Amino acid sequence: MVRDRNNDEWIKSLEAEGPVRETALADLRELLVVGLKSSLKSRSDYVESMMDDFLQDSLIRILQALNQFQNRSRFVTWATSIAIRVAMTELRKRRWRDVSLEKLVADTNFDPVSDVDGDVVPERRELVEAMYRVINTQLTDRQRTVLLAEIKGMAQEEIAGQLGCSRNALYKLSHDARFRLKQELVQAGFDYQSFAFAFNE
Amino acid sequence: MSMTGEEIQRLLDVVRDTQAVEIDCDVCLMQVGEFAEDRLAGKPIAEGLKAIEQHLLICPECREEFEALCQAINALKKTAS
Repeated sequence: MVRDRNNDEWIKSLEAEGPVRETALADLRELLVVGLKSSLKSRSDYVESMMDDFLQDSLIRILQALNQFQNRSRFVTWATSIAIRVAMTELRKRRWRDVSLEKLVADTNFDPVSDVDGDVVPERRELVEAMYRVINTQLTDRQRTVLLAEIKGMAQEEIAGQLGCSRNALYKLSHDARFRLKQELVQAGFDYQSFAFAFNE
Repeated sequence: MSMTGEEIQRLLDVVRDTQAVEIDCDVCLMQVGEFAEDRLAGKPIAEGLKAIEQHLLICPECREEFEALCQAINALKKTAS
């Protein structure tokens, strides 16, 4: 049976040396297995043989980030959130690694809504057309690329890798694009309500 | 190939929920544990965690990880009891 600890005990044990630390690491590892298994069990892209790598990478990340733990949740919850980030980032990377961002963007365009006309709620057609107009005329190539890749579901890590930027820089690009789009659409007279339900269910 | 209707609606949704100042995925990761515990306990969202809620609306990857974390917390509770 794994011994849980309060937050202070976890930190002290993991910062200690020798057997105290080894026992804490073994206990944390067992708890991470429980958390990861339950959160990955329904994914078709996860196989059990990946677990050891996920655990090893997670423990390294957790130990590196110990000084960032703010004591605002249970320590095990915080550690599990890091392990989930590690595992899911790896699974997304595997899923998208053979997809070319350049090709994805080349194959898709922000054309007028001719091929989705039938689905657009008539009173929202103007909004969708305005959005395309802003995307095509007000955003940079990189902003358009990021926006499109994200909407297509491509992994952020992969987009960042193929664009040659950090994940934080990618987030800023995406935020700047979304915020510009919002500003332009609001300025054009579209309100918060009109953004919802542009398409028939 | 143009975007599908579903993709355009998703884009409209994230544009609608975009704020001038947002946190990024790394900041979200450091605080999502507290957000998840409060959520599972049925507590109202604390003022300091509103930015996490907003980030989860616009970031599908962090939202996916948050949902996975909630499942993990429940599984860990069962193990402890």
